[in-house]
Amino acid sequence: MDPSRKRAIRLTVALTAALILATALIYTSFTAGRDELTAGQLLTRAQPGRSYLLAGTVLTGSVSRQGDVLDFRVRDPKRNVSVPVRYTGIVPDPFAAGRGVVVTVEEPRVDASTFIGEQNSLTTKCPSKYQAAAGASAT
Amino acid sequence: MDVVVVVVVLFVVVLVISAPLRRARQTDAAWTGELAELEAAREAKYREIRDAELDHRTGKLSDADYEALDSVLRAEAVVILRQLDDVKERAATAPAPASGR
Amino acid sequence: MAPVGRTLLILALLIAGYGIFASLYGVRTGRREWVDSGRRAVYSLAGVTTVAWVILEAAFLRSDFSFNVVAAHSSTTTPTFYKLAAPWSSQEGSLLLWVWLMSLWSSLILFLTRHRVREIAPYATAVLLGFGAFFTSLAAFFANPFATSANPPSEGAGLDPLLLHPSMMIHPPMLYSGYTLMTVPFAFAVGALITGRLGSEWLSVTRRFALAGWLFLGVGIVLGARWSYTELGWGGYWAWDPVENAALMPWLCITAFIHSMMIQEKRGMLKVWNVSLVLASGTLAILGTFLVRSGILDSIHAFGASTLGVPFVILLAVMISGGIGLVLWRREQLRSDAQIDSLLSREAAFLFQNLVLVAMVFVIFWVTFFPLISQAITGTKVSVGPPAFRPFIVPLALVLVALAGIGPIIAWRRVTAANLRRNFLIPVLAGISCTVILIAVGGVDDRPFALAMFGLGTFVLASVAQELWRGVGARRAMTHELPPVALVSLVRRNRRRYGGYVVHAGIALLLIGVAASSSFQHSRNVTLMPGQSTSVDGYKIAYVRPTVAATSQKLSFGAVLRVSKGGHPVTTLRTTRGFYPSQDPTQGPIGRFFNGEADSNVGLRAGLTRDIWTVVNPDLTPLQSRISQGDALFTAAIKKTESASLHLPPASAQTAMSQLWQLRDEAIVGIASRYVTHPWPINFLFIVDPLVTWIWLGTLVVILGGLIALWPVPRLVRRRAKAAAPARTAPAPVAPVREPA
Repeated sequence: MDPSRKRAIRLTVALTAALILATALIYTSFTAGRDELTAGQLLTRAQPGRSYLLAGTVLTGSVSRQGDVLDFRVRDPKRNVSVPVRYTGIVPDPFAAGRGVVVTVEEPRVDASTFIGEQNSLTTKCPSKYQAAAGASAT
Repeated sequence: MDVVVVVVVLFVVVLVISAPLRRARQTDAAWTGELAELEAAREAKYREIRDAELDHRTGKLSDADYEALDSVLRAEAVVILRQLDDVKERAATAPAPASGR
Repeated sequence: MAPVGRTLLILALLIAGYGIFASLYGVRTGRREWVDSGRRAVYSLAGVTTVAWVILEAAFLRSDFSFNVVAAHSSTTTPTFYKLAAPWSSQEGSLLLWVWLMSLWSSLILFLTRHRVREIAPYATAVLLGFGAFFTSLAAFFANPFATSANPPSEGAGLDPLLLHPSMMIHPPMLYSGYTLMTVPFAFAVGALITGRLGSEWLSVTRRFALAGWLFLGVGIVLGARWSYTELGWGGYWAWDPVENAALMPWLCITAFIHSMMIQEKRGMLKVWNVSLVLASGTLAILGTFLVRSGILDSIHAFGASTLGVPFVILLAVMISGGIGLVLWRREQLRSDAQIDSLLSREAAFLFQNLVLVAMVFVIFWVTFFPLISQAITGTKVSVGPPAFRPFIVPLALVLVALAGIGPIIAWRRVTAANLRRNFLIPVLAGISCTVILIAVGGVDDRPFALAMFGLGTFVLASVAQELWRGVGARRAMTHELPPVALVSLVRRNRRRYGGYVVHAGIALLLIGVAASSSFQHSRNVTLMPGQSTSVDGYKIAYVRPTVAATSQKLSFGAVLRVSKGGHPVTTLRTTRGFYPSQDPTQGPIGRFFNGEADSNVGLRAGLTRDIWTVVNPDLTPLQSRISQGDALFTAAIKKTESASLHLPPASAQTAMSQLWQLRDEAIVGIASRYVTHPWPINFLFIVDPLVTWIWLGTLVVILGGLIALWPVPRLVRRRAKAAAPARTAPAPVAPVREPA
């Protein structure tokens, strides 16, 4: 086999592999991905049974804890709506009223008012620059 | 106090930056650059020769490949050594560079 | 001194501007004195930024709260070590740190190469000064570390308690050193492309800096992981957080570059790869710096949207388009001198390794930025997260480890059967034996990827051991030294090679640790009363007693736990959760001590085979009624005392207030002590994680290997090599070797 043919074959194989990788990646991103919504968007768009990432700030005065369970409301940063969440699992250290949070929620079929937070999915952002925040979603 | 610090820093900076410009146009020992490059090339070549030998001894170069590579590298080394000698001769016989300071 | 600092920043900007002009003018007109002046501008930049940095540190050390950054990030009660480190916990301070470090490395390389690469160096100088100008103008005009306020507060905000940890303080400078070191090869690559001098000169001058950047960035990444594991309350070391990814991507690129550089040096191949990898690493390093500051991606490190986003995007756009343009322009000169003869060869193995690393970078990049990509396309931010990484990264990592073992032992040009047998037999057998033994021992069958990693890791360790063994043998054949002596001199004379092999061994250990700790972790989230126990992975963990401690800094509620296995005591764990007083005015005088920031103190027993890890999350609700009572009482008392003090002389007023505060402190201690005297069930997270220590040990081995590879060769060794090498016969007559003067 002459060299240029060899190179052409190798190049084709490499590009095909790259294409396969890219396709797999794009496919996984769109299927495994979850929409990140604000409280307002969640109320209007959420479909039962699907999970979403709820992003917003914790409403002051809405935090209460009963044993393992943490109840709080997430406020839409732009609009005056908030959504109740019931969460179990690891609570990051900086979690507090007024902090930015992201939590994976699923709309329950039975009690349609409170969203159930997926276990260990709560992450908290620290409000000020450079004060690194704690906690992360479990891998 | 503040002003003093700024003035001192400014003065030092200007001194440092303008030094090459204040020297009379030096006939830069053009050979300093060449010498440095050739010496670096020589070290690199020696390292390649040693590397090839070690590769051969540890089974990563076949005998035939090693023989070929080794003679090529040594020939290249010789070329570099010759060029180095040339440059050093030129440096020894060249007039001292005109210096302004 | 603040105005001095600001003036110095402006001066630095002017110096950078001048230096760019001088270098370019000098190289275009052939007037060396201007080039030298440009180089000295870099030295001056280093000097000026050093003075600025000293001024900033001095302000922190003396707690000068007229400086806004000091007021926002430090306090009189911050320990001195952390006062010194506090500057880089601020945006402004870290910009200055970036410029300072970059100017130091730039000065170093320009000094070391002042006689060499004379065509390339001026362009590199201009690029480096360009970066300096960019970051300095950000600091001077957008995020000024020397900004002051007219009415300084009497006390600063202090450092976030989570940052009061030594490794959290070393982690940023390490990362920054890594990022800034990568600008050096970037600048020289740009210079090489502009001048068309794309042989190995630019590689050889920047090699050490690429390696140093790789080492510092790698250590920075692992320090972050270790901090996460030992300080944060979730028990993990890596979360695929965007900022973690931002540091990993340039590191992977530079790893690829370090390897493919060798191929260009030996065979003149992969030139396009090399130049592209360096440009990519530099760009990703700037991207990493940008990601941490812009808040465009949801991250635990997201520091809120900042005004720095736009300038960074512009810089990145310039770097990317400029880089691509330069490579396309010079593609003729970037052609390989040789071809890959066989896919089973060292050259091919290096190329595959590059491809795998680039694939990993691409995957990480895509998944990290997907929320932005999807928002641009569909209008909704779609987040993917860790579940998307694993299916891609794990197989790629396995291939990478395999190549790390194959690379050191595979032949150049083409592999023959004899050569395969000679070099691969033992390492492959070692890997297979390990796998078989593990299957026989049991417990690993349901984790094939972890098992594969163990086998491949063993293969790598065996191949490194074999190389060391054979090298020592080769040396002893010549010098008849004793094995330990031979080993040392072998490594000393071939630092790059054996340093690299040691790094491979370290990486194998590290990845074995990662595979084991991610696949075989046992965790349990449980609520216990004192005296109760639970079992995790065969360990019995008993909650012995609660603990409470009160200082002016914080209230700590914790537990003492006893761990045993099979009836035999293993260890005692202590863990606490600290509550820091809140500044929130809506909290009562008692309540603010119980409802402020909290952080976890992990109880950790590390071991060679497994770690036992725990945090406690005490729910303080049972104290709430007493706290409210205390709030009501003390609010009233404070009001009364304050109004009474108006009629009293200052000295007595003072005494009255301090007595009140004392009573308040006693009340707090009294309330808090109920946690011990009348304990209630509290929540624990227990994790038993195997081989985590191997990750840290592996890192230490990597650092050792990196240092070996970086260490400059002493002149003496070079002289002996010179004498020995040409002594062997060559076809052409050899001129006698003369030692340089």
